Amino acid sequence: MELLSAEFFQRALIGGALIAITAPLMGLFLVLRRLAMIGDTLAHVSIAGVALGFLINVYPVAVGLLFAIAASFGIEWLRKAYRTYAELSLAIIMSGGIALASLLFTIGKSFNQNANSFWFGSIYTLDYTDIYVILGVTVVVLSMVLIHKKELFLLTFDEDAAAVSGLPMKYFNIMLSILTALVVSAAIKIVGALLVSALLTIPAACSLALSRSFKQAVILVVVIGEAAVLAGLWIAGVANLAPGGTVVLLLIAILAVSIASTRLIRT
Amino acid sequence: MNATATDATTAAGATETRAATAAKTAQAGCHQEIVSLSGVSFSYDNQPILQDVSFRIMERDFVGLIGSNGAGKTTLLRMIVGLTRPQKGSVSLFGTPAAQFKDWNLIGYVPQRSHFNPLFPATVKEVVLSGLYGRKKLFRRISKEDVGRCDDALKALKIEDLGDKRIGALSGGQQQRVFLARALINNPKLLILDEPLTGIDIETQQNFFHMIKHMHQRHNITFLMVSHDMDMVRSYLGEEPKERSGKLSFYVRHSHDLEDCQGTDLLHSLRKEG
Repeated sequence: MELLSAEFFQRALIGGALIAITAPLMGLFLVLRRLAMIGDTLAHVSIAGVALGFLINVYPVAVGLLFAIAASFGIEWLRKAYRTYAELSLAIIMSGGIALASLLFTIGKSFNQNANSFWFGSIYTLDYTDIYVILGVTVVVLSMVLIHKKELFLLTFDEDAAAVSGLPMKYFNIMLSILTALVVSAAIKIVGALLVSALLTIPAACSLALSRSFKQAVILVVVIGEAAVLAGLWIAGVANLAPGGTVVLLLIAILAVSIASTRLIRT
Repeated sequence: MNATATDATTAAGATETRAATAAKTAQAGCHQEIVSLSGVSFSYDNQPILQDVSFRIMERDFVGLIGSNGAGKTTLLRMIVGLTRPQKGSVSLFGTPAAQFKDWNLIGYVPQRSHFNPLFPATVKEVVLSGLYGRKKLFRRISKEDVGRCDDALKALKIEDLGDKRIGALSGGQQQRVFLARALINNPKLLILDEPLTGIDIETQQNFFHMIKHMHQRHNITFLMVSHDMDMVRSYLGEEPKERSGKLSFYVRHSHDLEDCQGTDLLHSLRKEG
């Protein structure tokens, strides 16, 4: 209980609880559009932005965000150029991001300590600026998803039918790209660039195994994300483990249970 | 626009004038142009797919578009629904150039069944309702009326007891009915079906085809169906295509029984007929 009264831990819980709403939610849309790996790619590019932020002394999360947005447009563009190889564009942009990050890291050797916290996350060092940024991202993502829940359903279920019914596809694709970039760059400081992808994809995987309807899938993905992040942070805090790693392993455990239980129901 | 206006007045219940108006419209050529392609060409990586295709679909036509693989059927469909732009020539829908066309709710679209992810978490009701989510429905909630239309669509296609099932758990024929229900929920004037008979067994194919033939004969709806099933198409549309263009053939049958058109809401009249 001592832990709960520690301010750094309270901030961690708030940040974690917020990101556990948005990351799994956006992840569900990405997984259903067969873009599960996009989170990983954006996170690695975002790290290059973070590195640049340190180098030029600008709030690193913000520079990371700009890089992530640029990368998401790059992915959409490459996806059109190589229509049948959607994953190719992800691989190209991701290696580009890592390459740029490693280059920027070697230029400014002094900030290695800080940069490290972005690769592996440092939820205990969240300050109030970070919390406000994450809160802002959560509000934006949630309101856009609520306003457009019908259209997002149609878009993920049947992109052609969405276009035929006259939906402004460009607007929606750009919106989804920006929202994903927002979530990824906000999540980096919490779970680290290497594990962002887990927070996007594993709750979606659990929810897909358990849900029959889209509504159910949307609710479940958030519930699972919250449960894993809050319980994971708590366990990590008590047992003095790496918080990001604990959350992800907990998610994988939930996934194993989800898959096992659907097997049981179906047989 | 004439024919639509006539139908509306007819439906309003001006019984004594119905026959007269029908006769008048029939004399005037009666039906408006639904789709018009003029001199449309498209090539992909310097491989010409469509060359100078011109064709018109009139109201209440049933058009069967037949062609071998790679003949450009899908490209042509994508052009009509505005997903691909022709490199040469022009497409118009309901008399409006496709680029300026806004009334997409007039067009119902049944995609190739193989295009959807069978593990997608969506119930039949969710899928059918999504037929309403067009540009006009942006920023609006799903109303009670919408849900009522969804129920009507399910009943019209006799899948009302499947409403809460996950779409991936249904048989191919049932899935096809769900997609047809989604296309019909908007009460479209033009229904486009992309190889609707592929991947379902012969008996279900025949039932499905029977159902759309019935819709064509009794309702004010125009069909464009892409298929490679020659037998079924020929049995309804005749032995010889009306037009050929490159490797594409257009089989056409026109339906003219205007006295059946009094119900303007397709779903309700379909349901009444049972």
